[in-house]
Amino acid sequence: MGIWFPLLLSLKVAICATALNLLLGVAVAFGLSRWRSPLRDLVDSLLTLPLVLPPTVLGYYLLVLLGRRGVFGAWLERWGINPVFTWEGAVIASTLVAFPLIQKAARAAFENVDPQLESAARVLGLPERAVFFRVSLPLASKGITAGALLAFARALGEFGATLMIAGNLPGRTQTLSVAIYAAVQAGDDRGANILVVVASITCVVVLLIAGRLAPNRSRVPVS
Amino acid sequence: MTVEISFRRLLADTERRFALDVAFRSTSRRVVLYGPSGAGKSMTLRAIAGLLTPDEGRIVVNQHVLFDSALGVNRAPQVRKVGYLFQDYALFPHLTVAQNVSFGMRTGILNPRRSSMPEAAARWIDAFELGAVATHYPSQISGGQKQRVALARALAAEPDILLLDEPFSALDPPLRARMRSELAALQSRLDLQMLIITHDPADVKALGEHVLEIRDGRIFSDSMAAGG
Repeated sequence: MGIWFPLLLSLKVAICATALNLLLGVAVAFGLSRWRSPLRDLVDSLLTLPLVLPPTVLGYYLLVLLGRRGVFGAWLERWGINPVFTWEGAVIASTLVAFPLIQKAARAAFENVDPQLESAARVLGLPERAVFFRVSLPLASKGITAGALLAFARALGEFGATLMIAGNLPGRTQTLSVAIYAAVQAGDDRGANILVVVASITCVVVLLIAGRLAPNRSRVPVS
Repeated sequence: MTVEISFRRLLADTERRFALDVAFRSTSRRVVLYGPSGAGKSMTLRAIAGLLTPDEGRIVVNQHVLFDSALGVNRAPQVRKVGYLFQDYALFPHLTVAQNVSFGMRTGILNPRRSSMPEAAARWIDAFELGAVATHYPSQISGGQKQRVALARALAAEPDILLLDEPFSALDPPLRARMRSELAALQSRLDLQMLIITHDPADVKALGEHVLEIRDGRIFSDSMAAGG
């Protein structure tokens, strides 16, 4: 059994899912941090669901939604797109599962930005878009980075939802976690041992990179 | 230079109700709004800057109508050309002194570069003797320097009026006296109207030309300082 394909696929899926979540999670977090509405708590709960629902339940929802006969899947089919049993399907699953991690971290970071600094930027003539890119986003970047690393780690280890939507196709959709499960099921102890060691080393390397990135990321003084 | 203000705003939460009803007009170069904390001084400044919307009234600075409920005018803070010195200076902690000073000179989505600085910003840096700390971050400079950076940043945007919120309260008492005279000297060099809010009688004495006393959200007394 090859180690490289599952490892590289897992990394590719986790990188794509994290990139997607950086856009989605940060946009939603910023919107929610400015939104004053009684509906906010409800929306917040719904967005947190992927964190508490069993991944298999999420995977099932995705199948219902994106499958050939699904609500959204039928529409995608017309464009010749079918994410079920593809690596893109694994990206969708990982994105969904890791979304709350980045959204919550980014929202806390945006809410921690001193509103006076944003007021100061407005009075100095900056349009709202510039206030976001020049003040809010850089000041929240530390929290967002921390959330992104957590989301990356979560996406890298995703199993349940991925198995449901992308399946277990060796050489096509078999990620590291799924390959370990398959190896154990097949009684391939040697293969499982190698894969487990590779997965562990990968996680340690990710953590080391995270530790190196985090403290120097921001020049914001701790006062 | 004229500032003409007359507005009402009711602020209510579960704790208290506070009615702000402020009206004054001044052509003085140094207007001091004096009163205890909680009298509505900061809210008055915020209303002039467009950070707080009055329920009704009219705010005019140098013949520019910034707010007029009768005419339906409420200009955005971005276009009011108001300089604002915040109480704790509100310097951007992720930007250097030079970047802070040139912050308002461009309104695009990118911050000023760390390596180069527009010529106009360099002039302000020199005028406020900040050359030695131009590449420092706000956390690395003294209180007096922070205030100069905040002043330079506000003035570099070429405002029509400068609003100062308790400009000396964040400083040590010995530094306070020095910064007061620095500000008075700056005032005489610049042709710019200043509206200063303070609870400190010493500020009134040192800087007040037109002194308005505010209590419980209303102008309580209005007087011109001797020789002002």
